Amino acid sequence: MISAVVAGFALIPLGFIVVYGASLGGREIWDLLVRPRVGELLSNTVRLVVAGCLASAVLGVGCAWVVERTDVPFRALWHVLAAAPLAIPAFVNSYGWSSLAPGVEGFRGALLVVTLSYFPLVYLPTAAALRGLDPALEEVARSLGNGPGQTFARVVLPQLRPAMIGGSLLVGLHLLAEFGALQMLRFPTFTTAIYDQYSSSFNSAGANVIASVLVLCCLVLLMVDLRLRSDRRFSRVGSGAVRHADPVRLGRWRVPALAVLVALAGASLGVPVYSLIHWMIVGSSTAFPAADIASAASTSVGLGLVAAAITVALSIPVVWLAVRFRSKVSTTLERSTYVANALPGIVVALALVTVSINYVPAVYQTYGLLLAAYAIMFLPRALVSVRSAVEQSPPVLEDVAHGLGMGPLTTARRVTLPLITPGIGAGCALVFLAVTTELTATLLLSPIGTTTLATQFWSSSSSVAYGAAAPYALLMVLISLPATYLLSRRPSLGGAA
Amino acid sequence: MTGLVISGITKSYGGNRVLDGVDLDLPEGSIVGALGPSGGGKTTLLRIIAGFLDADAGSIRVGGRSLVSDGRGVPAQRRGIGYVPQEGALFPHLDVAANIAFGIRGAARRSFDLDAVLELVGLDPDLRHRQPHQLSGGQQQRVALARALAPRPGVVLLDEPFSSLDAGLRVETGKAVVHALRAAGATAILVTHDQDEALALCDQVAVLRDGRVAQLAAPVDLYRSPADPAIAGFVGSVVVLPATVTAGVATSALGRLEVPADGPQGAVEILVRPEQLVLQAAGHTGPRARVEDVSYFGHDATVRLTLLDDGSPVDARVAGSDLPVVGEIVTVSVTGAVAVYVTSGGAV
Repeated sequence: MISAVVAGFALIPLGFIVVYGASLGGREIWDLLVRPRVGELLSNTVRLVVAGCLASAVLGVGCAWVVERTDVPFRALWHVLAAAPLAIPAFVNSYGWSSLAPGVEGFRGALLVVTLSYFPLVYLPTAAALRGLDPALEEVARSLGNGPGQTFARVVLPQLRPAMIGGSLLVGLHLLAEFGALQMLRFPTFTTAIYDQYSSSFNSAGANVIASVLVLCCLVLLMVDLRLRSDRRFSRVGSGAVRHADPVRLGRWRVPALAVLVALAGASLGVPVYSLIHWMIVGSSTAFPAADIASAASTSVGLGLVAAAITVALSIPVVWLAVRFRSKVSTTLERSTYVANALPGIVVALALVTVSINYVPAVYQTYGLLLAAYAIMFLPRALVSVRSAVEQSPPVLEDVAHGLGMGPLTTARRVTLPLITPGIGAGCALVFLAVTTELTATLLLSPIGTTTLATQFWSSSSSVAYGAAAPYALLMVLISLPATYLLSRRPSLGGAA
Repeated sequence: MTGLVISGITKSYGGNRVLDGVDLDLPEGSIVGALGPSGGGKTTLLRIIAGFLDADAGSIRVGGRSLVSDGRGVPAQRRGIGYVPQEGALFPHLDVAANIAFGIRGAARRSFDLDAVLELVGLDPDLRHRQPHQLSGGQQQRVALARALAPRPGVVLLDEPFSSLDAGLRVETGKAVVHALRAAGATAILVTHDQDEALALCDQVAVLRDGRVAQLAAPVDLYRSPADPAIAGFVGSVVVLPATVTAGVATSALGRLEVPADGPQGAVEILVRPEQLVLQAAGHTGPRARVEDVSYFGHDATVRLTLLDDGSPVDARVAGSDLPVVGEIVTVSVTGAVAVYVTSGGAV
């Protein structure tokens, strides 16, 4: 029951899009859609998504192989550095690049920045898959006459497919939803167009129709994901301890491999961090309005904490039902909340704005509505981590506790809670990370006068006040670091970022 | 000419010498079991032969061809040695047919006879389009063997291939695997820590201990005349008793036993297998013993006894149909040959 309410709540934005589309006449939709502008946006969006997915896949898989399977020095360090770009929001990264190199803009600039920001979404699951791969498979392939290259192509790559495809499609979803970075790099896509239409003219019909197209794109990606995932099973055959593969000796390739890793870390982390510090020191607009910074930081942290608590609390009944009382209905309820995650923040925000203005004007421009948007957008993150925790606490342990004379409350306190607490903590951390770096929905939904680190950074940097923007971004990155570190330790959580 | 000659292979990890000069000479077409305690270097040796690991020193030749000399050698993919790892390690993304044909390349693909290989390992041809996870453990193991045999390697290495199978399946799969290896004419090394498996399946068994081949012998010889009491204990249960040999007769707590006249004289240890002890009702002549414990296995039983003469404990294996009772006094006699060893370090 609670589960159904949560799922229904998560489906509000999708429902809105469908109802809205149906309420407009076909003719009207046709007129709004068939315009040269929409064609250009479609072409931009598709190009960026396809190229971004491919580039992230190449970078993520290559990086994972070098870090996991070779004798490149400082592997543990590179693992953390390859996950670290997740702590730097794409819009901060684009600021870093475009403020230092004005030539970084348009399609190429956008591709560069989003790839550097999102390749960890491919890297993390691929690295985990490589680590779990039984090295005996590669040995057998070699004993059957395959050299290292053929072994990689015929045996390793097929095993990495689910992680690679899952990660790449996740990158695709992020690219469809990306607003800040693309706006800053002047590369219009559906998402930036929706924002422009909404904020310049409150042209909600135009914005909503484009939003429907965007949602369609997201659903297409989701379908592709389901199709590609389900056609084969990739389970490990047999059981027993996983042996770790002997690292490949790079020999004379060691230095080039190291150089590539250094360059990658420099481009994805060094550039944004350097530019933040650079502009803070030399920027003409640099100022440390301590009160403003403190208020923005406390709003960000406060929103993050409250949103994390609410979201994780909502996820628990859904997960409990799906794991403990597995049925078609419970699985469908759980899945439906994932669909909401595929919806870009801009669509969720737009839907909540329109629904609240039309039906419950009292909540429009309140923290409540903003938190609702966060909960809808980030529920899947909480679900993934809470789910893995609940699965680690099989009912048989509770039976054992009951058998040892413990009542339901004592069992919950001494058995169930200790087992699921780490997962709940991880879920909270992930939601917190997402909320503190969220820009799009916050811009649209936050009450007038409310500023967060992200919105303050955005308003300063869009008026080219690089120096003034820097302190907010640095704080945002610092606040995100612990959660990102957690993510690099538990790659399975990257699955629904 | 695909015999396998291994000489002087050494390998250390850090300061730990895992292989300390292994020498083995395998005639073409023989199936040799590499038996030893875990950590005895069996798997390391196998991986060096396969080419997954470099030795520190030593050489390996197959037929006339040198694979390893001075430790380093030909890359694994050019050795043409079949490899069946623990649990099979079938490629999970390929079906049975594609797994088996994985090592067949180029023009050979067209003339490759999948059915012949399936038949060789005793697999139903209908399984060809199954995915690995749809197979039982024994079937997976047979597919893994078929995959290794398909390119017709001269040598096949099997790394504890049956350890993940349950007892019944293990015997059946083991027989099928040996049958297929013989039909293919391959020389094979079967690594195992299960002495029953090694004795039942192999032509010869090499016992690896402390990084060396402690004994290489046919199963019967290994069991009946082990090189020393430790090997004897490793390949089966054993009773070791102090004895004195004079003129071809050993005198011990088990009475006077005939031993080979050309063996050691004086203070020795004699080795008797539990199934060599025959228990009779008290009153017969011979050493007497008290029954301390009976472990019943259905087809047979192990009886723990204390010899009344000097209190030394001995085990006897008796048929399950005729069991003594705990506390009963019985007479013990010995049938068959007794192995004799020079006493090592005195006290036993």
